[in-house]
Amino acid sequence: MVTPQLKVKERENIVEPKRSESIISVTGTPKLEIKEVGKVFKTKKGETTALEKTSFSIEDGEFVTILGPSGCGKSTVLRIVAGLEEATSGKVLLDGQEIHGPGPDRGMVFQSYTLFPWLSVKDNITFGLKLKGVSNKERDNIARHYLQLIGLEGFENHFPIQLSGGMKQRVAIARALANDPKILLMDEPFGALDAQTRNIMQEVLLKAWEESKKTILFITHDVDESIFLADSVYVMTARPGRLKKKVPIELERPRDFSVKATVEFAEYKDELLSLIRDESLKAIK
Amino acid sequence: MIAKLFTPNKEIPKMFYTSAGFLTFIIFLLIWSVLSYGQIVNPLFLPTPTDVLTTAVDLFVNGEILSDIGISFTRVLFGFLAAAIIGIPLGILMGSLRIMEGAFEPIIGFIRYMPASAFIPLLILWIGLGETEKMSVIFLGTFFQLTLMIMDVTKNVQNDLVDVSYTLGAKKAQVFTKVILPASLPGIVDTLRITFGWAWTYLVVAEIVGASSGLGYMIMQASRFLQPDKIIVGILIIGILGLITDILFKAIYKASFSWMRKDGF
Ligand SMILES: Nc1ncnc2c1ncn2[C@@H]1O[C@H](COP(=O)(O)OP(=O)(O)OP(=O)(O)O)[C@@H](O)[C@H]1O
Ligand SMILES: [Mg+2]
Repeated sequence: MVTPQLKVKERENIVEPKRSESIISVTGTPKLEIKEVGKVFKTKKGETTALEKTSFSIEDGEFVTILGPSGCGKSTVLRIVAGLEEATSGKVLLDGQEIHGPGPDRGMVFQSYTLFPWLSVKDNITFGLKLKGVSNKERDNIARHYLQLIGLEGFENHFPIQLSGGMKQRVAIARALANDPKILLMDEPFGALDAQTRNIMQEVLLKAWEESKKTILFITHDVDESIFLADSVYVMTARPGRLKKKVPIELERPRDFSVKATVEFAEYKDELLSLIRDESLKAIK
Repeated sequence: MIAKLFTPNKEIPKMFYTSAGFLTFIIFLLIWSVLSYGQIVNPLFLPTPTDVLTTAVDLFVNGEILSDIGISFTRVLFGFLAAAIIGIPLGILMGSLRIMEGAFEPIIGFIRYMPASAFIPLLILWIGLGETEKMSVIFLGTFFQLTLMIMDVTKNVQNDLVDVSYTLGAKKAQVFTKVILPASLPGIVDTLRITFGWAWTYLVVAEIVGASSGLGYMIMQASRFLQPDKIIVGILIIGILGLITDILFKAIYKASFSWMRKDGF
């Protein structure tokens, strides 16, 4: 593990990115590139800039969390990447290819419960596979694998109404992963859960990530959550949102809940809290 | 205990619930009996319960009412089926495609305020006095409401469900068949149950003008020959038929949508 002193020094090297400038520059094509993406909503009362021109990129297999105050445009970024919302400016590249509209290469987990209530747990997990025409037998195998991964064996024939909130979100994660997307987009998926369930879900998700080696873009306004999960935390400014700072998290992997009690974790937390506090204050004004 | 029965939103034992329903019926029968057996109202206007019962038995025994029931039921069924066959797909499209809503909502919203019964003279001019005219009245009485109600049901499908299906690879047509349709199906069945009830009420309107058979016609004839017992039997039969179809729809609902109930039954 990196010593705290060293880390502070490293972090000093990270300069605040200028607007519309790539926040990290690496060689080779990143998995996901957001280039100068901005969003203005037109409403009855005029125009709302939800997102200022923002650029960043995510490496293959990286777990990135975006941390920002309420209403700063986090969901907007994610929905643009998912193709569910059209950007007013800029473009999104996945594996170097510009995206147009939604597609199964970008799986998504929402904060609200979005399991199809008329389908069993198993049929929910295999919904995308069935659309793709994957055979019955293979679907069964994949479903079994993910049921085991999320710890819900024996629940395959339950309907969503019979599951707790945490179970529903686990199934939603399994459904997104079973479809084998190139990137998994998660919009505060644990936001509606109680603190204990949330902690368990974070560990379940890390396990699933380590096993699947997926690239994940995860949105949260919970500081602990953003640190615990991430390789890098991106902090967003208050509305109109843009990226304020990238904070690489160099905590050892695989992680479990005990890491939250370490000094390093506390230091990251201090730093992020002060960053986010400034922005939250701005947001209230 | 009494206080508990009159606390708002409080559950009460099932026995009390059912007994309360029976009690209302018994009070109703009691008032009827007092008025009729006690000769308070002229029997020419209000027959006794026993009169009504014997008339009903007679009508069923000599079988004359069975053909009326059959004819009326056919009219309601086909008029309603036509409304459903057009109204369900149209309502779904209106609920999910803004352009369809824009095209049809104003005109349907307008026509539904025109009373179906007022169309009868026009229908008779156009298509005569046959079965088609009777079914058309029922169609006109139910179609517009049904379509608008289906539209509302479809509109209420959670948008996130549509979004998530796109991220799972669904194409536009699949969003209709795999998400919007199954999500709105319970609401559709419930809408059918309610509008089928209305279809029965339009039956009498359709059969009072220019009909020579059916329950509505029977009621009209009975009125002409001063047979209030027969009128009441006709009304009761329509009520019971409506109730049976309602129960049938509820059974379909219960059997088809176990996923809506926690216990899964
Ligand atoms: N469809 C829309 N039409 C108009 N304005 C919108 C729309 N969607 C979002 N906005 C506005 O854009 C801004 C950013 O919204 P967004 O949902 O991205 O924020 P967020 O960071 O996800 O907030 P939260 O933490 O509350 O989920 C908000 O001010 C919001 O009111
Ligand atoms: Mg949001």
